[in-house]
Amino acid sequence: MQGQNKLASFETAVLPHLDAAYNLARWLTRNDADAEDVVQEAYLRAFRFFGGFHGEDGRAWLLGIVRNTSYTWMQRNRSPELNMALDDETHEAESHDLDPEALLLQKADAQMLRQAVEELPVEFREVLVLRELDEMSYKQIAVVADLPLGTVMSRLARARKRLQRILAGHAQTEVLT
Amino acid sequence: MNCQTPQESIHAYVDGELDLARSLEVEQHMQECQVCAGAYRNQIALRSAFKEGSLYHSAPAGLEKRIRASLRGEAKSEVGHRLFGWNWLPVGVALACVLLMALVIWQAAPGLRPSGDELLAREMVSNHVRSLQLEGHRTDVISSDQHTVKPWFDGKLDFAPPVKDFSSQGFPLLGGRLEYLNNRAVAALIYQRQKHYINLYIWPAEQSNATSEVGTKRQGYNLLHWTNSGMTYWAISDLNGVELHEFARLVQEAQ
Repeated sequence: MQGQNKLASFETAVLPHLDAAYNLARWLTRNDADAEDVVQEAYLRAFRFFGGFHGEDGRAWLLGIVRNTSYTWMQRNRSPELNMALDDETHEAESHDLDPEALLLQKADAQMLRQAVEELPVEFREVLVLRELDEMSYKQIAVVADLPLGTVMSRLARARKRLQRILAGHAQTEVLT
Repeated sequence: MNCQTPQESIHAYVDGELDLARSLEVEQHMQECQVCAGAYRNQIALRSAFKEGSLYHSAPAGLEKRIRASLRGEAKSEVGHRLFGWNWLPVGVALACVLLMALVIWQAAPGLRPSGDELLAREMVSNHVRSLQLEGHRTDVISSDQHTVKPWFDGKLDFAPPVKDFSSQGFPLLGGRLEYLNNRAVAALIYQRQKHYINLYIWPAEQSNATSEVGTKRQGYNLLHWTNSGMTYWAISDLNGVELHEFARLVQEAQ
C-alpha cells in the first residue's frame, strides 16, 4: 500500500476518531495547545505505522498511539507526574463507611468534577477518561493503556474512589469558605 | 458493617463487564448489603456527573484540516523517498555489487563465458538439426559424385571446398548445400554412415596453421573440428565418437 491509496484508507479508518484522540490528549496533557501538538504528532506516527494496522479496532489502535505520544511529550517536558509510580498491588484503605459522597457528587458541578479529574494521577485519569468519556470496555482500555485486564479493573475502582475523595475535599472547602 | 465483596465487582457491574450469573449475584447482594448498595449509588452518581458535566474535549475547529494537510505532506514525502531518496541507496549498492561480481567472474574465469567455439557449436547443432528436419533442405545438390558436388559450389562461394566421397570406407557422400554459419557462407557436405547423417561444414580458416581435432558433445550430438590446409572443418553427427573420429581422419587424409 502506498501513496494516495494508503492515505485514503488511513483517512477512512483513523480520521473519524479525531475527537477521541483530542479528548485523551487533552486530559493527559491538561493543556489545549499541547493536546493539539500531541494529536498532530500522533496522527503522523499512526500514518507511518499504518502498515501494522490490520483493520481491528481503529479507535483503540489510534488512542494507544495518542497515549504513547502524550507520555513522550510529558517526558520531554519533565512532567513531575511520571515520577509518581503507581503500585497496583497494594490497595488503598477502603472506606466502608456509609458514604455522604453520593450526595456530594450530585451537587458537584461540572467545573468541580473537571478539576477533580485533572488532579488525579495520570494513570488513574487515563483509565477513567477512557471508561467514562469514551465508554470503552475493559478490554479496549487494556489495549490502549497497555495493561493487563485485571489491572484495568482495579485501577478503575481506585480511580473512582480517589476521585470521590477529591470531590469530597472540594465540597468541604466550599462549605467552609 | 462488614462486607467481603470486593469493590471491584461493584465497579465491574456498573461498567457492564460481568456475565449474567455474576451480575445477578451482585444485584442480589446489594439488596442485603448497604455498603455495596451505597457504592453502587456512588458510581451511578459519578457516571451521570460525567455525562452531564460535558467533560468531553472535542477537537478544536481547524485541527482536522491541519492534520489532513500534514498527512498529505507525509504521504508525498513517503512516495518521494521511495522514488528518489533512501530507497535507491540499497538498490544502487546491490546493483553495483552484482555488476562487480559479474565483472570479476568474467575476468577470472574465461571458461564460464561462452567462447567463440561454444557459440559456433550451438549454431552448428541447430543447423544440423534443421537440415535433418526438412527432407528437402538436407541437400541443395544431391549427388554421391564428388565431381558433381564440387563444381556446384563454384561461383556460389568465395572458396573451393575440398569434396571427397568415402563410399568405399562406409561414409557415402549424399550431396552438398550452402549454409550461412559463423557470419559467413560456408559449404556443407552430407555424408551417411548406415542410418546416421554427418554434416561436414567447411570454410576458409582465419589462421593458416593446422590445428588438431577438438571434440565436443552437445545435446547428444558429437562435434569435431579442426583446421587443415587453410580450411576450417566442423563435423557433426549423432554417430558415436569413435566412428565420427574415423570419418574425420578420412577427411584429413584425403587432402
